[in-house]
Amino acid sequence: MVRKMLEGSQAVAQAVALCRPAVICAYPITPQTHIVAELADMVASGELKSVYVNADSEHSAASVCLGASATGVRTFTSTSSQGLLLMGEVLFNIAGMRLPVVLSCVNRAVSAPLNIWNDQQDSLSLRDSGTIQLYAENNQEAADLIYLAYRVAEDHRVLLPAMVCLDGYILSHAWEAVEIPTPKEVDAFLPPYSPLYKLDPEEPRTFGMYANPEVYTEARYMLQRAMEEAVTAIQEASHNFELIFSRPMPGILEEYRTEDATTVILGMGSLVSVAKDVADELRGQGEKVGVVKLVSYRPFPKEMVYEALKGASDVLVLEKGISLGSAGPLLLDVRSVLHGPHQPRVRGFVCGLGGRDVTRQTIKAALAEKELVDARFLDLKADLELEGMGQANRDRQPALARGARRKRAPRKEGINSA
Amino acid sequence: MPKGTETAHLFASGHTACSGCGQSLGARLVMRAAGRNIIATDATGCLEVFSSLYPFSAWEVPWVHSLFENSAAVASGIEAALKYLGKLDQVRVIAQGGDGSTADIGFGALSGLWERGQDVLYVCYDNEAYMNTGVQRSGLTPYGATTSTTPSGKLSFGKAQQKKDLPMIAVAHGVRYVATASVAYPFDLDRKVKKALGIIGPKYIQAYVPCPLGWRHDSALTIQLAKLVVETGIYPLFEYEDGKLVGVRKIGKKKPVEEYLRPQGRFRHLFETEAGKTEIARIQALADANIERFGLIEKPKDLQKPQDIIEKPAEKAAPTLRGFTPKELSTFDGRQGRPAYIAYKGKVYDISASPLWRGGIHQDQHLAGRDLTAELAEAPHGEENLAGLPVMGELLP
Repeated sequence: MVRKMLEGSQAVAQAVALCRPAVICAYPITPQTHIVAELADMVASGELKSVYVNADSEHSAASVCLGASATGVRTFTSTSSQGLLLMGEVLFNIAGMRLPVVLSCVNRAVSAPLNIWNDQQDSLSLRDSGTIQLYAENNQEAADLIYLAYRVAEDHRVLLPAMVCLDGYILSHAWEAVEIPTPKEVDAFLPPYSPLYKLDPEEPRTFGMYANPEVYTEARYMLQRAMEEAVTAIQEASHNFELIFSRPMPGILEEYRTEDATTVILGMGSLVSVAKDVADELRGQGEKVGVVKLVSYRPFPKEMVYEALKGASDVLVLEKGISLGSAGPLLLDVRSVLHGPHQPRVRGFVCGLGGRDVTRQTIKAALAEKELVDARFLDLKADLELEGMGQANRDRQPALARGARRKRAPRKEGINSA
Repeated sequence: MPKGTETAHLFASGHTACSGCGQSLGARLVMRAAGRNIIATDATGCLEVFSSLYPFSAWEVPWVHSLFENSAAVASGIEAALKYLGKLDQVRVIAQGGDGSTADIGFGALSGLWERGQDVLYVCYDNEAYMNTGVQRSGLTPYGATTSTTPSGKLSFGKAQQKKDLPMIAVAHGVRYVATASVAYPFDLDRKVKKALGIIGPKYIQAYVPCPLGWRHDSALTIQLAKLVVETGIYPLFEYEDGKLVGVRKIGKKKPVEEYLRPQGRFRHLFETEAGKTEIARIQALADANIERFGLIEKPKDLQKPQDIIEKPAEKAAPTLRGFTPKELSTFDGRQGRPAYIAYKGKVYDISASPLWRGGIHQDQHLAGRDLTAELAEAPHGEENLAGLPVMGELLP
């Protein structure tokens, strides 16, 4: 075990290298690119014996991993935002074919408007793809979740793609001290990949068959069952991780000062650190506030979430994304396990979109909210009429109503005018 | 059946293709030529659907279908994995797709595969439209053909654009071997697949496969149309190696395009109006341009023996030739890492680099270190397969 000052991307890249994927394939997208550039360096210097493939798109990058994984080897790819959405079709396919492709998603907002900064709309939008999603709070976790992701994905009870999500810039470009294990320690935790089936002329098999209504439902049912098995696999692997690496591994979730908490803040990724600071501050003032960090978003660990929250009277779900026209997707999941009459009130907040900082004030504003909200946007500017963005609405308003509206933003370069 | 080919059907019967399906025939020929030591990918489309309805599979070789547009990318991944495993010289990779997945939706992935120079043979089964979805126009639909999205009408003669010239796009990518083929010439297709698999790097074969359902022709006419398309000059059969045209199938006496167009429902509208004649004349002009461009008619030869009609590429001028006695030659048997040489008509060729001669044995019957003049005369391919091989010397009596 070595403690190193590393950028989040480097920490992930070094963790991936220790898992020794046979094939690494990616397509550039900000802010993910540092990870694969770091891996490409290792391959170029001979330090890492992987085959590095420069793909022509994220769709192809995921497909290259699919092909390599089906041939029976370990693979890695990484992406963000639009790249992940472009991979989306392939991720559904990889999951359906039960291939344990591991990827990292450096979370970034989704266009339009174009925005390269952090939120989690990209990975949240792929929640139904059959991909295991694990969210890191800090760089240490981002690296550690890579080992965990491979182990769980390749578990024969699971055999699903797994994605480690880390917040763009906030983690990927931040330098922190990270403990990097020795290859021997990683090998003790992560056995070599042994595929159940592979493409091999010695034993020809047909992959990716066509299923008619008589069998399609069963194939999907088996995927759901594999996801449920993944909860157990993550728990077991986390336990084993702690034994080997002597470091905590909250593979499912982490409870922070929840023991007697009446108010619990639940979130994923780096915003949890801020929530913990808020809990500490309020605890100092005698308020019983705790935090639940959800690491495994998919599979959604229903029982553990219920156990962690059932004692509270108030649960605040903070998330960096929204299912437009409904509410935050995480809120809906959390509510689905806490719907009885004596359960805590679960309220949903959307924050930190497109790189807007989630501060203590952001979280305190959520705590001050008294209504049972589903998708309350935090830190929302009072004047929505940014030049250009409100154009479509304004044009539909009759002239009189337009004059009656609230004050306009000062004229400036329109965000959509380019 | 060409000698030295797999006798079992690696693309087995029992699949659900339509009668007269050119694509199923194409896949069968390609698999037979390729043999067992391959991994094949396939794009979504007719071939995938009629060959892999769970729990049945027509594939006797390892085969993977993923999506519509990623057959080439999946093959890239398989190639990379085999490279990592050190098996790329034992297991060859074949990507397959129809014309829509190849020329349109999957073109980016295919271009990426070519640009990366990966060791994959891509076979496009060209039936000139999206047949699996009910006959829609693709980038490889020919000029004047009706499809469900390019119907003929008062203002339309069917597809208004020419076929995308994908083979030349492949050549422009630096694809090492580019060939067109037609299922009416199985020996030719067989030879091309084998030749392609002997080359390291990206290869592209575009095989013409009639679709009775989509083209609306009698399913008994599949082979006849696959012949006529070549004999009219509409679909020239050629081979490019490393950017150079190395072989063209001559067509003897040119047949008028009407002979090819008339039996097909997709061109029927051209025969129904006076104005249609102009369109037929345009198609004739396209065919004539092919005949001119590829020299399809000069020196017509017997069409029965494909190896005779391949223009023989000029042999590389050999420097001073070394003499090999038969005994000396026999030490170059390709075993245990030794170089593999063979002799043909007095010349000694180095075949060490050919994946078709791994371990000094070819098709399980021909051995390196010997004079194969007599055996080659019996082979499904001609001496053109020796072209480009390093000449190491002369065989002494």
